[in-house]
Amino acid sequence: MATKVGMEVSLAAAEAVKQANVDVVAAYPITPQTHIVEHLAELVNNGELDAEFIPVESEHSAMSVCTGSSAAGARSFTCTSSQGLALMNEIVFITASLRLPIVMLLANRTLSGPLSIWNDHSDVMSIRDCGWIQVFVENGQEVYDHVFIGYRVAEDRNCLLPFMVNLDGFILTHVIEPLEFLDQEIIDRYLPPYRPLYSLHPNHPVTMGAFSTPALYTETKKAQDEAIREAMPYILKGWQEFGDLTGRYYHPIEHYKTEGAKVILVTQGSLGETASIAIDSLREKGETVGLVKIRLWRPFPVHEFREAVKGAELVVVMDRAISYGASAGPLAMEIRSALYAEEERPRVVNWIAGLAGRDLSPEDFLQMIHQAKERSDEGYEIYGVRG
Amino acid sequence: MDKNLDRLNIYASRLLSEKEYFVPGHRACQGCAEALAVRLVAKALGRNTVVASATGCMEIVSSPLPLTSWNVPWMHVAFENAAAVASGIEAGLKVLMRKKRIPQQKITVMAMAGDGGTSDIGLQALSGAMERGHDFVYCCFDNEAYMNTGIQRSSATPFGASTTTSPAGSLVAGQTSWKKNMPEIAAAHNIPYVATACTSYPFDLMEKVKKAAAIKGPAYVHILSVCPTGWRLPTQMAILAGRLAVETGMFPLYEVERGRYTLNVELTELRPIEEYLKIQGRFRHLTQEMIAQIQQRVREEYEKLKKKVQLTNED
Ligand SMILES: Cc1ncc(C[n+]2csc(CCOP(=O)(O)OP(=O)(O)O)c2C)c(N)n1
Ligand code: SF4
Ligand SMILES: [Mg+2]
Repeated sequence: MATKVGMEVSLAAAEAVKQANVDVVAAYPITPQTHIVEHLAELVNNGELDAEFIPVESEHSAMSVCTGSSAAGARSFTCTSSQGLALMNEIVFITASLRLPIVMLLANRTLSGPLSIWNDHSDVMSIRDCGWIQVFVENGQEVYDHVFIGYRVAEDRNCLLPFMVNLDGFILTHVIEPLEFLDQEIIDRYLPPYRPLYSLHPNHPVTMGAFSTPALYTETKKAQDEAIREAMPYILKGWQEFGDLTGRYYHPIEHYKTEGAKVILVTQGSLGETASIAIDSLREKGETVGLVKIRLWRPFPVHEFREAVKGAELVVVMDRAISYGASAGPLAMEIRSALYAEEERPRVVNWIAGLAGRDLSPEDFLQMIHQAKERSDEGYEIYGVRG
Repeated sequence: MDKNLDRLNIYASRLLSEKEYFVPGHRACQGCAEALAVRLVAKALGRNTVVASATGCMEIVSSPLPLTSWNVPWMHVAFENAAAVASGIEAGLKVLMRKKRIPQQKITVMAMAGDGGTSDIGLQALSGAMERGHDFVYCCFDNEAYMNTGIQRSSATPFGASTTTSPAGSLVAGQTSWKKNMPEIAAAHNIPYVATACTSYPFDLMEKVKKAAAIKGPAYVHILSVCPTGWRLPTQMAILAGRLAVETGMFPLYEVERGRYTLNVELTELRPIEEYLKIQGRFRHLTQEMIAQIQQRVREEYEKLKKKVQLTNED
């Protein structure tokens, strides 16, 4: 069924790309994503993965190559971080509008300036509205699993959307974790070869990427918006069937000790594991505190989120990016707006924390929860500013 | 002239296919030789072709949703990445054939872009694709400015030309730099095939495109594509202007095959540059002094080219 291994998460991610039988890999190195692309190059050059490895001259070209290869009908993969994502930005949006099922691992790293290689979510938040399905993962196993889930969902003809997996740079990419590798036979059952609906081939000429006049643009965009909204049941199906095969079930919103919780902490990404330690200690003291982790970022699971915080009086949202001059961090903005129409809604207090690798310990989470009780639910505060 | 008659394909009609892959109904301006160039290239490449197009006039005139002028698979993604998209298409088709998921056959992948999409914003992507050695044909349709956005200068705009961002003002008289030598930049990548062509020599153009497609590895074809709108030229004069560009030495037709240079239209005497300049509104403001400067430069460049022909053909 499965093999237990201890492996650096980046290498495991590359192994998953191999097991997913990816046809084309195009990527450009950037810390902390480098180990993924290096290992992929190794796998291809050692004949372990039969794919075209395109060592592009930039991330802009990485995404452009994937756009071309995916349109030709090949399963295509890329990965990047931070500045790399910023450079490929233009094409990321176009790929979604072309409905191409590319999978990208984004090893989250802060955006310059000042230049910093360390982890936060300012890179992904800068392309929040790009039209990709976007998920956050918490540990190495989830990274490995989501390569398969990503392709399965992206290539589902009811979706046909690119799929982005956010994994925290260093915190996940550079650690060695115990992992369970799936047997190829299980993966092949879960993930059949990609059969494109349309592809670039002389036997059936198609025009892709036509331009639109105002007469049709709105309708085009409405169709794209519907596509990602209507992808929700197929995302759930992808997770469900993966769970049925492996015993690992994933959900758009993950709960931790939320039963009867009056205070709920909300996180995204790997910090969830640290936060859960804080929750444990508060629960031990008898406080009704829980943790909600946003796994699915786009399409945003509004309904599931409302359900998850039902009955809570205080929601403490941890953002790991700043939206300069805005009313809140990107996650808190989303959450406040998701709760606005509710008749009984909790107070939402927003912290921005853990910027560019600033460490957060369980003690910090306790502090944030504690101070939130006294804070206004307007605006946001940046946690742990020195001096 | 006699010597050129040996190369009948430059002048004489051949039995060309009547099939069109870039079909009428597109929205190019009257007399647009860039659209003609695209049509000839598509005809030369034939059915088994996939095209990756950059943003620009040719993309805009041929693909207004839900219509298309393309009878071969065609894809537009952005302005600066035609070469990278073509790299992906080529890699995708190659791996799918290797894995037997699509039938094994020869499919030509052609990337196309204007002079802006090639020699300015798309240069990095093109350099990367050529250096990596993808099996593709890159056609630069050079109309010597950013025409799609309203005739702004590019690095391929010739010295002295007035454009909307290099206007002929009272202080500065048009473009102040010399045209970037894009075919030489391509040749410096040591790719197997580089050629220049012009719609005024349609059979030569098509022969070169066919050659480019037949060669394995990257091939670069730089096509002077007269734009009556941007050059301020009567629409019926596009073909004449192309002729004059070649015969004055302003735009020599040549090939670089595995490093060996060939001049396709060898001129014993260059026509005076003025004949070419005076018919175009974009050069109307040039002083005699500037014309003389251009004349000298053209002669020098032509001599340089002839030396390369000589040097690379001495066995
Ligand atoms: C990144 C980006 N910058 C600018 C533009 C605007 N733009 C579109 S086409 C074009 C000029 C095209 O010029 P060229 O490549 O020479 O093609 P032509 O239209 O002259 O055939 C420009 C500046 C764009 N689409 N994308
Ligand atoms: S502006 Fe020039 S290149 Fe563009 S369509 Fe018109 S004539 Fe052709
Ligand atoms: Mg141009």
